[in-house]
Amino acid sequence: MQIDTIVNGVRFVGEVEANVLLIDFLRDELGLNGTKQSCEVQVCGSCTVLVDGRTVSSCTFLACELDGSTVETIEGARQSDFYQSAESALVRHAAVQCGFCTPGLVMTLKSIVEDGGSADEAELRRSLSGNLCRCTGYRSILDAAAAIVGGS
Amino acid sequence: MTQHSVIEREVATPGHAIGSRVPRLDAAAKISGAAEFVGDMSVAGMVHGKVLRSNVGHAKIRNIDVSTAETMPGVVAVLSAADLVDIDPYFGHVLRDRPIVAIDEVRFAGEPIAAVAAETEAQAEAALLAIVVEYTDLPVVANLGAALAPDAALVHEGPTREGFAHGLGKLPERDGNVCYRYGFERGDIDGAAGLADIVIDREYEFPAVYQYSMETHTVIARYTGDEIDLWSTCQHPFLVRAEIAALFGLAVDRVRVVVPYLGGGFGSKSYTKMEPIAVALARKARRAVRIVNRVDESMVTTRRHNMKCRMQTFATQEGELLGRRVEFWLDTGAYADNGPRVTATAADAAPGPYRWPSLHVLGHCVYTNTGPAGSYRAFGATHLQWIGESQIDEIARAAEIDPLEFRRRNLLRPGEEVRPGGRPLDADLVGDVEKAAAAIGWGRERISNRGLGVSVGLLAAGAHPVSSASVRMDADGGVTVLVGSTEMGQGARTVMAQIAAEVLSIDPTDVTVPGTDTQFTPYDRSTGASRSTTVAGKAVELAAREVLDALFETALLLFAVGDRRELRADDGRIWLQDRSVVYPELIAKRFGFSGGELRGYGEVKPEVGSGSYAEGPVFWEVCVAGAEVELDRDTGVVRILQTSTIADVGRAINPQLIERQDEGGAMQGLGNALFEEMLYTDDGMLLNDTLLDYRIPTIEDLPEKTTCIIVENGDGPGPFGAKGCGEGAVAALPAAIVNALADAGVPMTELPLTPERVWRQIQETENQE
Repeated sequence: MQIDTIVNGVRFVGEVEANVLLIDFLRDELGLNGTKQSCEVQVCGSCTVLVDGRTVSSCTFLACELDGSTVETIEGARQSDFYQSAESALVRHAAVQCGFCTPGLVMTLKSIVEDGGSADEAELRRSLSGNLCRCTGYRSILDAAAAIVGGS
Repeated sequence: MTQHSVIEREVATPGHAIGSRVPRLDAAAKISGAAEFVGDMSVAGMVHGKVLRSNVGHAKIRNIDVSTAETMPGVVAVLSAADLVDIDPYFGHVLRDRPIVAIDEVRFAGEPIAAVAAETEAQAEAALLAIVVEYTDLPVVANLGAALAPDAALVHEGPTREGFAHGLGKLPERDGNVCYRYGFERGDIDGAAGLADIVIDREYEFPAVYQYSMETHTVIARYTGDEIDLWSTCQHPFLVRAEIAALFGLAVDRVRVVVPYLGGGFGSKSYTKMEPIAVALARKARRAVRIVNRVDESMVTTRRHNMKCRMQTFATQEGELLGRRVEFWLDTGAYADNGPRVTATAADAAPGPYRWPSLHVLGHCVYTNTGPAGSYRAFGATHLQWIGESQIDEIARAAEIDPLEFRRRNLLRPGEEVRPGGRPLDADLVGDVEKAAAAIGWGRERISNRGLGVSVGLLAAGAHPVSSASVRMDADGGVTVLVGSTEMGQGARTVMAQIAAEVLSIDPTDVTVPGTDTQFTPYDRSTGASRSTTVAGKAVELAAREVLDALFETALLLFAVGDRRELRADDGRIWLQDRSVVYPELIAKRFGFSGGELRGYGEVKPEVGSGSYAEGPVFWEVCVAGAEVELDRDTGVVRILQTSTIADVGRAINPQLIERQDEGGAMQGLGNALFEEMLYTDDGMLLNDTLLDYRIPTIEDLPEKTTCIIVENGDGPGPFGAKGCGEGAVAALPAAIVNALADAGVPMTELPLTPERVWRQIQETENQE
C-alpha cells in the first residue's frame, strides 16, 4: 500500500506491505532502532511512539495506517526542548537502569507534558501504568516524572 | 505521601570517586535510544532465524519433514537433528543433558525441534509452518507430584553426563526423575523433636516465575568454518565461549563472544541459552543468523523453579531453638540448567541465620516435562526464606515473644558459623533487622486489618571468585577499563569506572568501560550472584594500582627522589609536597615520545585477598526487609502499604545505584509474593505465556512508602571493603510480606498471595475460630 507520512519531520512516501507493523517499519525500513520491542501485545509500553501526538504501541499498529499522519519516535524527540528537561530529571533520579524501557517511557512522558498533564501522583501513576519497567521498581521513575511534568 | 529513599551512613567514605552519587555513565545513551542492544545490531549478509517448538509435553518424534520448508521463498537453511550428527550436540554446564534441537524425543512443550534461516523474519516464520513433525505421545509428568510418583514416566532415560562448569563436587547418579540431591546434617534432630514444646510442621508451595527481562534472549551467530562469532544477550560470555567451543569442536580462542548492553538479565541470561541453536543454524546456512525470542519463547527458555517444601522447626516453650528439619523438591523442568546449583543454594538458605543445635536439610532437584528452570535473582534464598522466617514468627508467637526481640536473641553474630566449613557470618544482622523494623513503625499500636512483618536471611553470594581485568591509561591521561562484567542495568560499567577513578585519583567521567568482547576483554567467570563489584571490581582495583605504580615509578625519576612514600596521587597528578606533574606529562617522560600507554592487570582467584576468597561463599549477602500490609477481608486483596530494605554493602561505591538495585529487587519480590505465577496444564502446556496473562508489577503497584537503608560496616572482601547487593530484597521482601499478613491474622503456606488464595485462608481461619 502507498503511504505518505512524516516521521520525525522527514516525509516518507512509498509502499508498505499491508501486514507490516509500525515497529518493524520504523526499525527495519527506516533504521530507527531507538524504539524497542518487548511484549508484542501492547502491554509493556517499550515500543511507544507518538502518532499525531498520541501515544501508540507500535507493536500493534499497522504501518499502512500512517497515511496522512505524523510520527514521532525517540530519535525525533531528542531534538525537542522537552527532551533536555526529561533527560536531566531521569539522570538526576537515576531512573534508568537497563534502558530497554526508557525510550518508550520518554515518549509517554512527552505526551503527558504536551497534553498539559498534572503532576499529581495518582494521575501520574495512571498515565504511566502502561510503561513496564522490570529494573527500577518505579520509585525513581515516579520521582523523575513528577519533576518533568511539574516543570522542576 | 511518598517518602523518598533514605540513606543511612555508618562510616564516612574517603576519597571522591567512590561513595558518591556519580550519575550513570550510560544514562544519556540509554535515554536517547542510542545505546545498542543485540537486536539493534546487524552483520553483513545476516539472515533471520526462527525456531519451531514442540506443541506437546512429551513425545517420541517419528519423523520430521523439512523438504517443503527448504523450498519456500527466501529460505536459506532449515536445521534439524539430522544436521548435528557430526558433533556431540548436548549442552548444559551442570548436566550435559540438553540437545541443541530435540533428538528423537521432545521433553517439554516449547522445546526447539527445528529452525529456519531466511532472508526475512516473515519468510522464516512462513517456512516453520511447512515443517511436518509426527509424534508418538509419551506419558507427561508436568509437575512434582507426577514426576515423583512411584511409577512415574522418566523425563530422561540415559546416564547422567557431567557438565563442564558446575563446582558442585561429585554429582550423584540420577534417581528416577531426581537429577541432583544436596543436604547436610548437624546434631541430633530426632532428639530435638522429642524435647520440643513447640513444633511447627507445615508443607509449602512456591510457584514457577518468569524473570521477564524486557529484552528477550537475542543472538547473532556467524560461523566461518574455523571461527565462530557471537553477539549475544549473555550474562556469562566466557562460560558461553567455553561451551560453544566444546560443542562445535573449536579451540576457545576461535570463538568470540561480544556483549553490548543487556536489556535486563536477572539470571535469565546466565549460562548458555539460545547460542547453540543460533550457531548450528548459522553453520548450516553459511550466513550470519540473528534469532530474537518472543516473550513466550523466552518463558520456555528459562524460568524460576517452582517448589514444594516440608519444614519442621523445634523449640522450647521459652523460645529456645532446638532444631530444624527441611526437605524440599525443586522442579527444574525438562533440562537441569542451573537447577542443581539452585538446589544447593536453597539448602544453604534453609536453616536461616540462627544458632541450631540440630539441623537436617535435604533438597531434591527434579525433572518434569515443563520448560527448564534456571537462575533468577536471589535463587534458593527466595525459595526458602519466606518459609523459614514464617516459622520463626510462629515460634515467637507461641512463646509470646515479640518477633523482633526473638530475632535479637537468636540471630547469628558476626564471626559465628553459618554452615559447617564455610565462611563465618560477615554482617551485623541484628543491627540490620532493627533498622528494617524501625523504618516500618515496629512496636506501634495495632491497626485493624493491617500487619507488620520483618524477615532476615542470607544468600551464598559471589559464585566462584575468578575474575581479571585490565586498565589502560592513554598518553592523554584517559583511562579504559576492560572487564568482563556485563552491563545489564545494575550499573556495572559506572561502578568499575568509579573504582578505577578512585585508585587513580581522577574523575570517573574520564574512564571508559566498553562492553565485553572475549577477544580483548580479560577473563571473568560470570555476571551474577552479586559478584561484579566484589570480585571483578577487586580485579579492576588491582589493575588500576599497577597503572598507578607505573606513574609513581616515572615520577620518582622525574622528581629525583628515592622513596615513593614522599609522593602522593591526587586530582590527576603525582605530587611531591607542593610540586605536581600531570599524568600525560609523566607518560611522555616515560616513553620520550608523544604516544604510548600504561597498562595494569589485576586478577582475583580463590587464594587471593587475605584468605577471604578462599572460604566459600565469597560473602554472605544480607537479605533483610520489612513490610506493612493492609488486608481486605471481604475480597482477600492484600495491599502493600510500605516496605523497608537493607543494603548491607560493606562500603557503598555508588549509593544511588545501590538504592535503585534495592528498589528494583523489592518490586520483583512484591510481584513474586503477590501475583506472579506460571500456570501449567497437567499435560505440560504453559497457560499464561504472554504479558497479557502473566502480570508483573506496574507503577500502580508501587507502595506509598519505600525505604532503602544502606549499611556500611566496611566488612566486605571487595574493593575498599565493599560487598555485593541487589539480590537481598528479592528474597527478603516476600518473607516480610508473608509475615505481615500472618500478623494481620492470615498465615499463608502457598505463594503467590492471590486474592482467591488469601480469601480461602481467611474462611478457613475463621471456621477454625
